[in-house]
Amino acid sequence: MQELINKAKTLLESGEVARVLGWKKGEYEYDPEPAFFETSESLKDFVYNGFCGANLSKYMIEAGKKEGKTLVFLKPCDSYSYNQLLREHRVDREKAYIVGVGCKGKLAVSKIPFEGILNISGAEYPDAAETLTVETLYGTETIAYKDAMLERCHVCKGKEHVVYDELIGESADTVDADRFAEVERIEAMSPEEKFAFFQSELSKCIRCNACRNVCPACSCRKCVFDSTAFDSEQKANTTSFEEKMFHIIRAFHVAGRCTDCGECSRVCPQGIPLHLFNRKFIKDINALYGEYQAGSDLESKAPLTNFTTEDAEPGVGRG
Amino acid sequence: MYKIKKENLTALYAAIAAENDLFLPIKAAGQTNFGLWTENAEVDIDTLKTVKSGKDIFFPQSETLYKVRREEGKFAIDGEAPRQTPFVVFGIRGCDVRALAVLDKVFLSDPIDSYYAARRQMGTIVSLACGKPATSCFCKVFGVDCAEPEGDVVTWLVGDTLYWKAKTKKGEQLTEKMTSLLEKADEAAVEAEQAAIRAIVEKLPYSKLSLDKWGAAAADANFDSPIWEQMYKPCLACGTCTFVCPTCQCYDIKDYSTGNGVQRYRCWDSCMYSDFTMMAHGNNRTSQMQRFRQRFMHKLAYFPANNQGMFSCVGCGRCVDKCPSHLNIVKVIKAFEKEGV
Amino acid sequence: MPVTENWKPKIVAFCCNWCSYAGADLAGSSRLAYPADVKIIKVPCSCRVNPMFILRAFEKGADGVILCGCHPGDCHYSTGNYYARRRMTLLFSMLDYLGVEEGRTRVEWVSAAEGVKFSETMNSFVEKVRALGPNVRLGDLRCKN
Repeated sequence: MQELINKAKTLLESGEVARVLGWKKGEYEYDPEPAFFETSESLKDFVYNGFCGANLSKYMIEAGKKEGKTLVFLKPCDSYSYNQLLREHRVDREKAYIVGVGCKGKLAVSKIPFEGILNISGAEYPDAAETLTVETLYGTETIAYKDAMLERCHVCKGKEHVVYDELIGESADTVDADRFAEVERIEAMSPEEKFAFFQSELSKCIRCNACRNVCPACSCRKCVFDSTAFDSEQKANTTSFEEKMFHIIRAFHVAGRCTDCGECSRVCPQGIPLHLFNRKFIKDINALYGEYQAGSDLESKAPLTNFTTEDAEPGVGRG
Repeated sequence: MYKIKKENLTALYAAIAAENDLFLPIKAAGQTNFGLWTENAEVDIDTLKTVKSGKDIFFPQSETLYKVRREEGKFAIDGEAPRQTPFVVFGIRGCDVRALAVLDKVFLSDPIDSYYAARRQMGTIVSLACGKPATSCFCKVFGVDCAEPEGDVVTWLVGDTLYWKAKTKKGEQLTEKMTSLLEKADEAAVEAEQAAIRAIVEKLPYSKLSLDKWGAAAADANFDSPIWEQMYKPCLACGTCTFVCPTCQCYDIKDYSTGNGVQRYRCWDSCMYSDFTMMAHGNNRTSQMQRFRQRFMHKLAYFPANNQGMFSCVGCGRCVDKCPSHLNIVKVIKAFEKEGV
Repeated sequence: MPVTENWKPKIVAFCCNWCSYAGADLAGSSRLAYPADVKIIKVPCSCRVNPMFILRAFEKGADGVILCGCHPGDCHYSTGNYYARRRMTLLFSMLDYLGVEEGRTRVEWVSAAEGVKFSETMNSFVEKVRALGPNVRLGDLRCKN
């Protein structure tokens, strides 16, 4: 972590960058917030640990509108999102100094099943422990680092950054699950079971729009679900249809552009596994139009802005 | 004071539900929220905080106000009647009960909101003391005693026994109907539990937050503080904090076209949204900094200014737990405490 | 909604201006019968149809939605229907994934000369949806009464 702070200080002091986009220490180990640092002095609050799951790439849209360069710290998976924003001309590469930071898997407090959590140690970077020690109001507990990891880290895209100016720190191999296993499990269900599964998950949705607002692919200036010009603007969930409509359309709109960064599932206050929508599209795209990873490069054609004359017909493979 | 074994609670729920709609914390798809009791529902009164607060029961996230239909070339209007049947809310925590007092200030002052008023009148509140307060709790700061919550009936879960004490006339009426299921009990176990809870509350990291910088005077004093500009940036402008909040009471009224008519409904709105209070001339608040400031100023300055000093935060800590960017009211209060104005 | 023997499904057919709408026209002028419950919405090209159109149709009470466009290779705008094909393939797959009965959605390529195909397609689609019964999984209840 000190290495990151030193880097930020050097670049800020030399004037090469005007600000630093990183994570700021919260009240505890486990609640750091994304933050801009504009002076070396303010970097005393900089933190990088296992709880820095927030993907900073989307903040670069706003940073790009400001004077001067922004130093941004991107984890390997965040760099895919940044690259995708780059190919969509939403960010300006000239105004970014990208430090690719190592990642050893990110954690979710919500996955730590203890009450009254005061502090958590073992999430430090670069030397994360195998086991987290959780100090609570009701005693000290332990949990394996892996067990508190975000879902997305179990199916990590890899340790390589796809865009950077400089790399600092090592990443760890965290993959221990099949990325599409859950999608396949649902595909194998009967229509009744599928419907019941999604109905129960989506009925929790409170339409807070956290999934949309955190999503680096959701960068429209005005979302159709916010537009007063159509009655698609539905502020609160009034019927079960609206939740489906919102999530299907949102997933569709990011299909072929979603890098599977997993932020939607991380931020959902109701714990809805929203990545299951995006991953279904990714799986279909891979199967029908060839393997594709959004954000991996700047040149290839995205699957939904491309076609071949031999493409499958809609409904193919149906019962 | 009465008591009932935890294993007999299902019988108690069934008895209550026989004459009332019974709302209580139900676990579905991994999350606990207030819902209508049915025999198959998985009741979960152990989870300290439901994701959404109990606010939903009195002020639903969305409710139809009236329907307009086309009928033989004319329009017919069907109004939605305010609630007329009794219901019971079971297992609601002290902070959420206090939050109703905040909502009362808004909806029961002139002009009275008839839908809300009817629900308040028909509802009986059976609150539950918090055996294990969480780190994010700070209800003490707002004068809530989670060891002795308000409500028509107050209950305490001690080990495998639920203690039950009626506090109001409504509560006594409900208790009378349940006497066959309840046994008489003395206060000793509850007193010990209360002492234990209060001891934990003393140790909670946020219990000593200072509200000195807040209140009616803060409306002017804190408005132009540079702290807002420094703090708001990570805010995603999502509505999580407002929708999980037990006291946020802003709503929007909208029309839905059903194809052959219109349904007018109201739904929660969030001051975090860019189209919040959008009017013909545009929007009052045009930047996220202003929206961010609005939420905290409303809770800690404007509301007390208009309601004899009553804060519209009850310290439930849901926003602390749920904010995707880990921004929250505690961080705001502390920032002002630390830096002054 | 009770399903009676006389229940007729509501079908929305999005037809492209250049081929399928003309095909429907030909079916009409050739006096080929297809159920009157098929409501045609003319679109400039099959690729004008956004997934939201399909969901909106279901929301507002459709029991089945069909999209008709020029045969692949024959698009008036050269390639529009190829994009539509990919989009609908993914959307239909998603609807299957969510447990909405397959058979409520369909894509068929119908040229301006295929009046017979148009009428046959509509007849068979209506039959299929009829067999499935009213759409309950993907509609807004408020639109049902």
